[in-house]
Amino acid sequence: MTVIIEVPSPFCGVGTDDLTIQVDGVTLKVTENGCAVNTPAFEQAIGDTSPRIAGKAVSLQEAVSKAASYLKDTKQPVIGGCATDVNGMRALLSLADRCGAVVDNMNFTAARNNFLALQDSGWMNTTLAEVKNRCDLLLVVGTDLESFAPRFFERYLWVQEAMFLDDTNQREVIYLGKAPSGIASTSPAGQQPKVVTCDNESLPEVVAVLRALVKGQPIRAEQVGGIAVSELQAIADKLKAAKYGVVTWAAGALGYTQGELTVQVLSEMIKDINRTTRCSGLPLAGKDGDQTANQACGWTTGYPARVRFARGYPEYDPYLYDTNLMLANGEADALVWVNAFNTKAVPPVSDLPTIVIGRSGMTFTQEPDVFIPVGTPGIDHAGHAYRTDNVVAIRLKKLRESGLPSTAEVLSAIEHALKET
Amino acid sequence: MLIKLTGGRVYDPAGGVDGVIKDIYIKDGRIIDKPAEANIDKEYDCRGKVVMSGAIDMHTHIGGGKGNIARTLLPEDHRQDPVARTDITRSGCGHAMPSTYVTGYRYAEMGYTAGFEPAVLPINARQAHMEMADIPILDKGGYVMLGSDDYFLRMLTAKKDQKAINDYVAWTIHSAKAIGVKVVNPGGINAFKFNQRKLDLDEQNSHYGVTPREILRVLATAVKELGISHPLHVHGCNLGVPGNMQTTLDTIQGIGGLPMHLTHIQFHSYGTEGDLKFSSGAAQIAEAVNRNKNITIDVGQVLFGQTVTASGDSMRQHANHKYASPNKWVVMDIECDAGCGVVPFKYKDQNFVNALQWAIGLETFLLVDDPWRIFLTTDHPNGAPFTSYPHLIRLLMDRTFRNDVLATIHPEAQKMTTLASITREYSLQEIAIMTRAGAAKLIGLKDRGGLTAGYCADITVYTDNANCQAMFEKPDYVFKDGELVVVDGKVVHTLWGTTHVVRPDFDPSVEKDLKSYFDRYLTMKLGNFKISDDEITEDGRGSLTVHPLRA
Repeated sequence: MTVIIEVPSPFCGVGTDDLTIQVDGVTLKVTENGCAVNTPAFEQAIGDTSPRIAGKAVSLQEAVSKAASYLKDTKQPVIGGCATDVNGMRALLSLADRCGAVVDNMNFTAARNNFLALQDSGWMNTTLAEVKNRCDLLLVVGTDLESFAPRFFERYLWVQEAMFLDDTNQREVIYLGKAPSGIASTSPAGQQPKVVTCDNESLPEVVAVLRALVKGQPIRAEQVGGIAVSELQAIADKLKAAKYGVVTWAAGALGYTQGELTVQVLSEMIKDINRTTRCSGLPLAGKDGDQTANQACGWTTGYPARVRFARGYPEYDPYLYDTNLMLANGEADALVWVNAFNTKAVPPVSDLPTIVIGRSGMTFTQEPDVFIPVGTPGIDHAGHAYRTDNVVAIRLKKLRESGLPSTAEVLSAIEHALKET
Repeated sequence: MLIKLTGGRVYDPAGGVDGVIKDIYIKDGRIIDKPAEANIDKEYDCRGKVVMSGAIDMHTHIGGGKGNIARTLLPEDHRQDPVARTDITRSGCGHAMPSTYVTGYRYAEMGYTAGFEPAVLPINARQAHMEMADIPILDKGGYVMLGSDDYFLRMLTAKKDQKAINDYVAWTIHSAKAIGVKVVNPGGINAFKFNQRKLDLDEQNSHYGVTPREILRVLATAVKELGISHPLHVHGCNLGVPGNMQTTLDTIQGIGGLPMHLTHIQFHSYGTEGDLKFSSGAAQIAEAVNRNKNITIDVGQVLFGQTVTASGDSMRQHANHKYASPNKWVVMDIECDAGCGVVPFKYKDQNFVNALQWAIGLETFLLVDDPWRIFLTTDHPNGAPFTSYPHLIRLLMDRTFRNDVLATIHPEAQKMTTLASITREYSLQEIAIMTRAGAAKLIGLKDRGGLTAGYCADITVYTDNANCQAMFEKPDYVFKDGELVVVDGKVVHTLWGTTHVVRPDFDPSVEKDLKSYFDRYLTMKLGNFKISDDEITEDGRGSLTVHPLRA
């Protein structure tokens, strides 16, 4: 039995890297600094280690050849999931380039709210260490931050000391939209967050009014989305008075159509505040390899991870190349599903030849044509993953010797087999 | 395998060869003297052709987060320049901020065999190396950015001695796997986080009470004392501000004779004369550079067209966002380490300021006497994409062409530049110095940028052409480490270059204080922050090449 300290997590998105993990053979136990997201993700037992073709155990070589044979004569394969580490994405993009596939990260529809805003008008953002040391006002929009990242407050807000705040207890937290599900946002001194709730569907109007108030535009209405305009005025005043305000949201939590406009209004509001003081956005993501997929796809193709290689070069369309839509519309003729992190994130059920490169332990309602269990980056092999703030890539450690291949090894082998045939 | 390049006219400033007809022999990736045995495996007829070593871009933004933000920001730019895969090359996109694979192919297709990313944030160094690892053919390396990081500024405020600073700088170079040190708007990126909107050379950071002048001296001293070949790489204060010529002159004077490289100096050479209060300071800057032998510069030439500016200078990029075209932009504060700003720009020849920027860059090239101390850059992609280098070379080598272009730019800008009266035309040897021998010497690459025996066989063969844009756009052959990678301006074979680094000594006890700082204030453990060698080499493609320190 060994104990490994300072283990970084690819699961929580906020880059916790202080976990202590006890390794007993292939069994892991998080003994320090676990949380509701990380502990089960690390401790998930290994399931099958043998690849299968139509449910029958086969060698890795056979499974790889079978996968290649399915891909050989496809016209429009789709590679979905895309939840892996940087090397896994490199191999995935290389395979996609060769077989003209669509590449689509499973969280892209959520992330699209951010990308559309970014690509239309841009933003001013920050990263976690700046939050930790500078943030004197945190505005959480439409998101239950502590269920997203249980240790966010402990690690980045209620820290013992910050370089530029005399007392971290004096930070102010405001929730707009959703109320928090727990008490993580209450300061150690007992200061509770200000909670201003509204329906999710009312958020577009509410943030539009907030932005108008920040700009000093007259608002005739007295309330919006059930919130008194005077309450929003108070939030606007606090944002303008803060030295380093931070506005955070999870794009996926804005679960209504055209959520990108909410992100855009928030981002433009932040720019407006920066005319006189400092304020930054902090979009929350970093799960299921989403930032990793977008970064690696970004430097390899120029576009985030919803692209198509069918014409020989990458094309980006944030709507058309959605795995679920392509399947529903009969536009795909094979599905490769890659998820090395989450056994529960299984591919959509379809009639197409389906190849799953999945975390060992994945179970299916419909057995895929080929299933190749792979190791998890940060557990079974070393690797790199991006945090929510997109600047910091964490170096994932290998914790145990499971014999499971990496995503990169399997996808490279499939590409190699495809080249040979 | 023994390769012979027969009868080419060789321009090898590192070897003191200036346009001499000479055979070149290659064996096992290196240039060798004429061998006794004569069984040549492969001969290339280079008669009537020009032979130079592979070109080295000493300042080009090819790896790191801000470049990827620039890519993500501009899908419409990529759509104008899709690049399809071939049997031997990967697909991607081109134009302003090409994808990594296309970056490698297009550099190689112009005869370049190495590029250096000048703005590696320590906390983003992993990304810089991962992106550069996906750039085929080229060798690469990075200058690590310091000077706005809170750890360093705390050291200055606490009056830590130079030795302690040196240890921190050396430790950071190791951790980030760099070959040089850069400072961007010294202390200014940090000051922007405290809501300061400008920071002059002698203006204090409102929190730390430290001035850019002090930061420059301390860092330039560290670089010199650590024996790092590449002088402190400086993106000065007040980028783009009319009148910043004086800041630049003061910066040169203030460094007190220490080696210093002033990068993209064009953006720092502006006066305030004329009706529009914007004028060229190139003559004064060039005079100062000519006089101060401790100074080297690269130009950061502006060329007309759409591009995107990606810089660590969040303070100045925020101020310049009003010129964004198209109107979208990103500014980030980053990890108590640095920041970045990404602002798309469209430089227009009929815009007075843009046109004069173009002229200021060219004046600088033509008025600095010593080609060993000036380097050919557009600060890719900030002044223009690197693919415009052949056009820029023609502007320098062909006065008639230059004056023809000059006659088409904004008329008021024409009146404000002395360009028409400058008769200088760069020679092939001077181009070879700026883009090869000089760059290798500046960075401290021990066996690149030359064609004598023992050098790596990075070689470019061109067909001489009166139109030197055409000549430099399409080399006949490019060899990387002795392997033929380009024929007639097209990639025929790919391989992976190395990552160049230096490893100055430091006292390992420097980590004691750093560990406590990381635990208290940062978001990563010290041990997880440091980049290990195997992160570069584990994929079987990457390698590290360590270069010697100065004696």
